[in-house]
Amino acid sequence: MYLDGDKPIFQQIAEGLEDGILSGAFPEESQIPSITEFSVQYRINPATALKGINLLVDAGIVYKKRGIGMFVSQGAVEKLQAKRREQFYAKYVRALVEEARRLNLTEPDIQTMIRRGFDHESD
Amino acid sequence: MSRIEMQRIGKSYGPVRALDQVCCVFEENRITGLLGRNGAGKSTLLQIAAGWTFPDQGTAYVDGRPVGPGDSPDLYLMSEQDLYPDGMNGERALRYSRRLYPHFDEAYARMLSEKFRLSLKTNVNQLSTGYRSIFKILVALSVNTPVVLLDEPVLGLDANHRELFYRLLLEKYTEKPFTCVISTHLIDELAAVVEDVTVLRRGQVLYSGSREALLSQGYAVEGKAEAVDRYRAGRPWIGEERLGGLKAAYFWGEPAPDTVPEGLELAPLDLQKLFIRLTEEEEEK
Repeated sequence: MYLDGDKPIFQQIAEGLEDGILSGAFPEESQIPSITEFSVQYRINPATALKGINLLVDAGIVYKKRGIGMFVSQGAVEKLQAKRREQFYAKYVRALVEEARRLNLTEPDIQTMIRRGFDHESD
Repeated sequence: MSRIEMQRIGKSYGPVRALDQVCCVFEENRITGLLGRNGAGKSTLLQIAAGWTFPDQGTAYVDGRPVGPGDSPDLYLMSEQDLYPDGMNGERALRYSRRLYPHFDEAYARMLSEKFRLSLKTNVNQLSTGYRSIFKILVALSVNTPVVLLDEPVLGLDANHRELFYRLLLEKYTEKPFTCVISTHLIDELAAVVEDVTVLRRGQVLYSGSREALLSQGYAVEGKAEAVDRYRAGRPWIGEERLGGLKAAYFWGEPAPDTVPEGLELAPLDLQKLFIRLTEEEEEK
């Protein structure tokens, strides 16, 4: 996870943490780093770190244990996968079609490439 | 005490108007970035907040009380000026700070001197520019006053030491928040550290408020020059750049749109880019 300036920082913190949960770096029911750790590690204001993490708390992905810290909720991975699937079309497919149009690539061309992508992955 | 309020501050040095009608607030227990070009009035403003110098007009208040003359044990200003008498080494300068600031943590300052590999045996005034800054950082992070004002704290520091400083500052701040104002020219590095921003231009306040609100008002649009010109009409644009038939226009003063017309591209403006556009002089364009 790195910060790149294209999106508000609190959003990048939330997405980075989501990626960590999806990849298994932060398993369900495990403790996530504290606000201080996020703040110091990424050299960001703690209010920004808190705002980012609160996005996940509000969505039920992360929960707080009073006086102990923050933990990944049971079922967080499934929830995140569902959310990301919904975003998949807007985020990837639309951008793909737009670029394909600019390059005069046809739908069958793209389908061939998608198949190649899946085949490559199974190699 | 910790909320600082500037009310209609004016200050001249001879013919030079350093500050003019400056109104701004440094909120309690927040980190504020004080940005401005050379000569914009940053140091003067911090010195007025600390009671080192007095305004010709207006008043500076700390928690509603006018700032009086002289050093306050509740407020620390790290300034570019060198305060230590000639011949005073680091060891003695630390003891001197302990006398001025009742909550000064000498053990912590010593620990920091090791982290930065600063020799406390050397005379403070004989240190290099970078290490003179580091010595002042040592003191600033150890005074434990409710207000800490840092005037160009990273002057002369290498990249590693700057990172170390930001980490230590945030460690200290998350442990126990204090009111902190930092002036700097290295805006990219400080942008994420601050919650609020005050921008000075030629002695006047251009913006004072949250960093996020400032950034949400700025954006850039790029594309073919004619399309950009069409988009620009009637919008609050603050600058543009041209490269052949391509153009980028910068806007500030309205929320960034969700989409732009086909053929144009929308890009965010970060704090440094926005700052440059807002404070650019005619001759520099």
